[in-house]
Amino acid sequence: MNRPDATAVAAAIRSGALRAVDHARATLDAIDTANPGLNAYHEVFHDAALERAAAIDAMIAAGRDPGPLAGVCVAVKDNIATTLGQTTCSSRMLTGYRSPFDATVVTRLVGAGAVIVGKTNMDEFAMGSSSETCAWGVVRNPHDPTRTPGGSSGGSAAAMAARLCDLSLGSDTGGSIRQPAAFCGIVGLKPTYGRISRWGLVAFGSSLDQIGPFTSTVRDAALAYGVMAGVDAHDSTSAPVPVEDWQATPPADPRALRVGVPSQYLRNNDPAVTEALERALGLLRAAGATIVDIDLPMTDHGISTYYVIAPAEASSNLARFDGIRYGHRATQRAGEGLEELYARSRSEGFGAEVQRRIMLGTYVLSSGYYDAYYDRALRIRRLIKQEFDTAFAQCDVILGPTAPTAAFTIGGVTDPLQMYMNDVYTVNTNIAGIAGISLPGGIDRSSGHALPVGLQLQAPAFAESRLLRASELLERLLSA
Amino acid sequence: MAESPTSLSSKDVAHVARLARLHLDDATIESYRTQLASVLTHIARLGNVDTAGVDPMAHPLDTVNRLDDDEPGPVLTLDQVLMNAPAREGDFIAVPKVLGGDSA
Repeated sequence: MNRPDATAVAAAIRSGALRAVDHARATLDAIDTANPGLNAYHEVFHDAALERAAAIDAMIAAGRDPGPLAGVCVAVKDNIATTLGQTTCSSRMLTGYRSPFDATVVTRLVGAGAVIVGKTNMDEFAMGSSSETCAWGVVRNPHDPTRTPGGSSGGSAAAMAARLCDLSLGSDTGGSIRQPAAFCGIVGLKPTYGRISRWGLVAFGSSLDQIGPFTSTVRDAALAYGVMAGVDAHDSTSAPVPVEDWQATPPADPRALRVGVPSQYLRNNDPAVTEALERALGLLRAAGATIVDIDLPMTDHGISTYYVIAPAEASSNLARFDGIRYGHRATQRAGEGLEELYARSRSEGFGAEVQRRIMLGTYVLSSGYYDAYYDRALRIRRLIKQEFDTAFAQCDVILGPTAPTAAFTIGGVTDPLQMYMNDVYTVNTNIAGIAGISLPGGIDRSSGHALPVGLQLQAPAFAESRLLRASELLERLLSA
Repeated sequence: MAESPTSLSSKDVAHVARLARLHLDDATIESYRTQLASVLTHIARLGNVDTAGVDPMAHPLDTVNRLDDDEPGPVLTLDQVLMNAPAREGDFIAVPKVLGGDSA
């Protein structure tokens, strides 16, 4: 597991000390050995990865610079379009679906020298917190294979934690990067809404979705973020806000850093989670940071607000899957019309959780309920946003746990509502559209296994440089 | 404020399934009825929040309708567009008969 981070890999390859082909082959060998037990990857691109790595080596031999991610092996969540292989969203609905184009993030990573090694398993259509709704089987946590890696980006998180890649991509609609990063003991960044192009990301909740990286270090998260961020003509919701060079921002001076801790984040956590947070606060305080007690009472309404807005948007986005232009089509029955064919194709193609969310979303948008649920949730959304604005007037970043527990066992949470509660600390980041990151914060040994515990930092919209600098500081303090 | 259990009948669920173009059998409708009622009961707490004078927020960004220049750019070829169609006839996607007459 002691493998250099992506920044170090790229530096070694650019300097000629490491050949990209050798590095890619070692990564593919590691995948072949470990993936059958983890099910992190759905597809692995052996030939294409070696070919691409050879091209990187050829560029270096010719004196050209392949870019800041030279030879870095990248795993891509299967809801992000790649012309290599399939893009299935871990759903029977998209069995065999091949994208005619690459997502902008994939184009940008490859343009910076990255080698795409495979596509990773996930909760179907990114709906879940455990990667158990994946149509291609459950994903297992590298720290304890009886436990989930979290979700929905569980395959990308497990692949990164087991070092079956140098960095991986996830998507985060309500915590789907940060919670699996916490469960797998790695770094997971959810940038500001609109910061990274979503062209090529299969839409779930369009006002919430954001792509981000999983990495082993904060500097890698910053590197991947820097390559991917910025406006894209293909995505009209990508923000035309210039991307700062985070290294131009001075390292966080702990004596000038105000860390907000909401009282609402301190209840209902497992003892190891509380302990990890207290340790981090102690280290920050000792380094001279100011810890500010803040109040985010709307935390308690986050899950309810999210489970109106996200399913509403999902029910609309997933209406495109009707079995006609692409995706699963049911076998046509004699005398059956188009409407029945749509309905049977959808019910055969979508799994239970996806259908449950489509039902919920359709219900809250239906005539007679729209005002009571959807319109009200949108008003509360503004209150959640305003509450963060008020909090960030008193502090630079907000610190808390990423999730109330460490990874739970596969099959251990069967009630949908209980599963949704996993995201209590992460959904409001998406609802408000701000930035968040999960860092490895401690270890929960209460089960007899060493299970990672994650800590989350949140920062205002477009304050990624501040977030990354504060994360770097916390990472350093925690590892000392 | 106490939460009142959200009442949701099988008929309501069947109606929503029809709106969502989902084909559900009776047992599935019953299981979704229980699960959706439990989620809706939780969500009903939003009714306790005072939202007087608060405008709805549909989106985190202020930008609306950002338009591109009206210039032709690269587009997918017909084969690329049709490459994932479950049933293709020439340059068309084949579908069941939509209009009346003999059913296929």
